[in-house]
Parts: sequence; C-alpha cells; structure tokens
Amino acid sequence: MSFITYLINGISLGSVYALIALGYTMVYGIAKMLNFAHGDVIMVGGFTCYTVCSTMGMHPVVGVLLSVVVCTLLGIVIERVAYKPLRMASSPLAVLITAIGVSYLLQNLALLIFGANAKSFTSVVNMKSLKLADGQITVSGVTIVTIVTCIVIMAALMFFINKTKLGQAMLAVSEDKGAAQLMGINVNATICLTFAIGSALAAIAGVLLCSAYPSLTPYTGSMPGIKAFVAAVFGGIGSVPGAFIGGILLGVIQIFSQAYISSQMADAIVFAVLIVVLLVKPTGLLGKNIQEKV
Amino acid sequence: MKKTMSKTLRSNIITIGLVVAVFVIVQILIGTGNISSLMKGLLVPLCVYAILAVSLNLTVGILGELSLGHAGFMCIGAFSSAFFSKCMKMFLPGMPAGLRFFLAILVGAAFAGLLGILIGIPVLRLKGDYLAIVTLAFGEIIKNIINILYLGVDEAGVHFSLKSSMDLHMEDSDKIIINGAMGITGTPGDSNFTIGIVLLLITLIIVLNLIHSRDGRAIMSIRDNTIAAESVGIPVTRYKLMAFSISAALAGVAGVLYAHNLSTLTATPKNFGYNMSIMILVFVVLGGMGNIRGSMIAAVVLTLLPELLRGVVSDYRMLIYAIILIVMMLFNWAPKCIEWREKTVAMIRGKLSPKSAAKEGE
Repeated sequence: MSFITYLINGISLGSVYALIALGYTMVYGIAKMLNFAHGDVIMVGGFTCYTVCSTMGMHPVVGVLLSVVVCTLLGIVIERVAYKPLRMASSPLAVLITAIGVSYLLQNLALLIFGANAKSFTSVVNMKSLKLADGQITVSGVTIVTIVTCIVIMAALMFFINKTKLGQAMLAVSEDKGAAQLMGINVNATICLTFAIGSALAAIAGVLLCSAYPSLTPYTGSMPGIKAFVAAVFGGIGSVPGAFIGGILLGVIQIFSQAYISSQMADAIVFAVLIVVLLVKPTGLLGKNIQEKV
Repeated sequence: MKKTMSKTLRSNIITIGLVVAVFVIVQILIGTGNISSLMKGLLVPLCVYAILAVSLNLTVGILGELSLGHAGFMCIGAFSSAFFSKCMKMFLPGMPAGLRFFLAILVGAAFAGLLGILIGIPVLRLKGDYLAIVTLAFGEIIKNIINILYLGVDEAGVHFSLKSSMDLHMEDSDKIIINGAMGITGTPGDSNFTIGIVLLLITLIIVLNLIHSRDGRAIMSIRDNTIAAESVGIPVTRYKLMAFSISAALAGVAGVLYAHNLSTLTATPKNFGYNMSIMILVFVVLGGMGNIRGSMIAAVVLTLLPELLRGVVSDYRMLIYAIILIVMMLFNWAPKCIEWREKTVAMIRGKLSPKSAAKEGE
C-alpha cells in the first residue's frame, strides 16, 4: 500500500515540476534560450503569496491571484529589459549569462527584503485529506489540488496552443521567426506573451511547491528550477507534452529513489536517469530529431 | 628582432608577462606590508579561479561546447589529491612536503583528466544545450556521491562505504579519511601564492601552446564548422575528447590548489555545485570566449569586485554585483550597444582629428 502512497506523492511533486518545466520548454522553444532566472520567478511567486496571505492577512485566493499578476509582470519586464536587447547577439551564451545575472539579482533582492531565515509558508489549500482503501492510504489536500491544477492547466495550455490564433502564432514563431514575421505575426509580442505565460505558471508552481514544502527562502526556487529544467530536457525541450511527461516521471523517480534506494542519493539518481535517457535518445523523449544540413 | 616577432608570440608574451608582473607587484606589496589580511587570503583563490577560467575557456571558447559541470572536475581533483596527501602524511611522514604536493598535483590532474575522458566519450556525442545539461548533471552527481562517500585506510587495507562511517567497520576512527558530508579534515596546507602563480603559468603555457599548434587549429575548425572539419579528414571525436579532457585535468589542478589551501574540504553546493560551474562560465563569457587573457582578467575582477564592494556597501554588494553583471553583458553583447559604441568612438575620433575625418568623408 505504501507503494501507491509513494506513487501519488511522486505524481504530485512531478506536477509541480511539470508546471515549472512548461515555462522552461515554452521559452526555449520560442527564444532558444535557457532561462536560468525561471527558478527564481517561482521564489518571487512564493514570497508574494506569503506577503499577501501571512503578513497582510488576506484570503489565499487573493494571494494566488496577486502572485500570478506579479510574476507575469516580472516575466515581461525581465524579457524586455534583459533578454530582448541580446536576442540578435552574436553568441547565444550572452543571453544565458544575462539570465544568470537576473537570477542573482532576484535572489539578492529577496535576501535584502525578506532576510536569509526560512519563512514558514501557510498552505493555501484548506482541504481535508482523503482516506482511501479503508484508511490505508492517506492523500493530503495539497496533493490532490496540485495534481488537479496541473492537469487543468495542461489541458488549457494544449487548447490554447492548438486552437487559438495566438497559440498558433507561438508555434509559428518557434518554427521560424523570419517566416512568421512575413506572415504578419508580431514576433516581439508573441515572445513577450510566452514569457508572461511561463512566469504565470511559475507563480502557480511556486505557491503549490511552498504549500507542500512550507519553508521559503530566497534560494527556494533554484533546486526545483534545475530539476524542472532537467524534466524539460528529459521530455524533449521545446515540446509541451514532453515537459508534462518529463515532469511527472522525474517526480515519481525522485520519490521512489528516496523511498526505496537512498534519500541522500535521490538527486544523483534523477540526474543519472536523465543522462541515460539522453544517451539513448539525444533529443529527449518527445523531442523532434532535426536532420543536420550543410 | 621585434619586427619579425609573430603576433601570437607577442600576445602570449603579454599574457604571461601580465601574470609575472602581478606576481611581482603583489610580492612587493606583501613585503612592504601594504596588503590587508583579507586580500592575502584571496590570493590563492584568485589563482584557482584564474586556472578554472582558462581551462573552461578551452572547452567553451576554443572547442565551442557549453559545459556546465566544470566544478565537478575541480571537485574530483580536490578530493583525490587531498586523499592522497593525507594518506602520504599518515603512512610516509618523512616525505618532503614539496614532493608530496607535486605528486598530489599529478594525482588530481590524472583523476580529473581520466574522468573527463570517461564522461567525454558518451557526452560529446550530444550537441549544444543538451551537452550543457548533461555536463551539469554529471557535476551534480559527482558532488552528490562525494557527499555520501566514506573512505578509510588502515593496516587491513582500504575501507569503503556509501552509507555511514559505522559501515566502514574500522577500529580506529582517526583513520577515516573521507567522512561523508564532513569531507576531509587535516589536509596539509601546501598551497601558497607562489605555487598558485606557477601553476597558473603552467596552465597558460599548456593552453596557449595547444591553441597555436596544429591540434589547436583542428579543434577550432571543429568549433567553426564541424561538418567541414569532418569532410577534410579531421577526427572530430578524438580532438573533442582531447580538448575536453585537458580542460578537465587543468580544472583538477585548480582543485588540488583549492584543497591544499583549506584545512577542511567539504563538497557543498557553493564550492562544487552548479553555481560554481556557472560562476566559471560567467568569467569565460565576460572575458571573451576564446580569449585566454580576457577570461583570466574577468576571473580576477569578478572575484575581487564583491570583496571590494564589501567595504563600501556591504548589504547591497551582491545586488550591485548582479546589476553590474547584467549591464556589462548588455553593453558588451547587445547589437544596439555595439553600434552605439562604435558611433561614439568614431565621433570622439572625428573631434580629435577633424582632418582625418574629413579625408574619410571624401
């Protein structure tokens, strides 16, 4: 029975990874850059919700909404100020280093405002835990909400990308920027929109992550950020369903290796699985294999 | 004589001369007592970071592959050499410190280089960002394993465990050398600034010679166009592996220097995690990819910057550091900034010598 509990916990953690990985993968697909500051946007989301709910004492729903708004704006500002001027730079590494700079900036701002001590985050979910199979399996409210949220967001995102004009524009820009511009798509606005959506998802992921693991520091976002990045690569970076599958798998692998092998080695196992997957399938599980042309 | 001196030779002499000049100046400052103890403590780390930046530049700038696991190789170099030094100190106490440290450097470089080859064989098949994430993963795995590794040596031989120090089944707990997350304590402090500078010079000579050799040109041709390089018969995998493992071995040397500068060596996310790898990458990109001298200077400036800011604005120093990093990147790389810079330079030149500007206009 403990196996099913672990599985559910794994899926729950994986859902959070999936939400973060969606942001990574969409930004990578469209701007071809690794957004190292994405993990810190999660942290900003967590701190916004903490300030609104715990310090100002407002309703959790207000907290979640406000953190989504703050992170969306933050994502747009970061893109406009730090990334857009470097989009045409001669080396793709320039924007990567700038992203690292933004990551340091956000961490140190949070450090100055909130201090280095861990804040205990009050869960935004007030749901009773669910007992299944005559009380042998207990599923907490946060776990259920996390999994449901992730599925709903994933479905909405798939609908948005495949059925709306803006979503199609995003696909077009990720395929070929120049051709998309010729077809009358506003490339800058589309890239901005991608960052906005990615950051909004990061805010939700941040709130859910802090509800499940209620300790909030300026560095909260960095390890989940790296793990989610691994999840995005795992599923094939640039692919939206890939990020979802990669995230869930990563969460399950992590919880299982913590439970059955060694809690200290869990991170090493997660990374080792990634390496094996990439060596067998160099573009990830659902990644497109692009033929090299001379 | 000077006229026949080639451009590369002159550039190399400037680079090496710069290091020697810095060394002489610092020695004079130490001799006259004009250097604070904080700065004195930073001298060896500065050499470590400069060696790391130069070695990573070989992978990123010359080979053109993004590696985010450089701290992992440094970690291996540090731990293998510290293990070696402590064993020697325990079982051969009569060995002179100089010889011991020399052998420790060889051990650290050999282990890191070997690991570079082992990791390189599968990893270098991947391209671009995938290569970056796999090297990052390897770096994290190395750090993680070192953190749970327990290793001890006594009369019965080597004891080894991945669980706890109790599982080593050793009677004398003093002979546990690597104690899991507590790391290695009591490494002999063999590093000093002079040795650091000598190692930096050796690193520079190795890397600069490699770049300007036939092999170096082959490696750069792979960076510029892999398919073209392959089509003229350059063994791509062999050269990639060569550059990658040399870079790893030099990072191992930096690790040796780092380990013998500390009495307690532990693998924390801060010193051997991906943050460190990223830090080294920042040195390389900011100093100029493929520019050895630049990456060295960037390493020194970016290491000193937070320390210098400590005196002025202690609370905001890392914030200012981050802002300076972003602004410098925008200033150096943004196409619009480059255009603006060129225009400004042209305007200043035009004002200084209006005649030459008029001639250009004709």
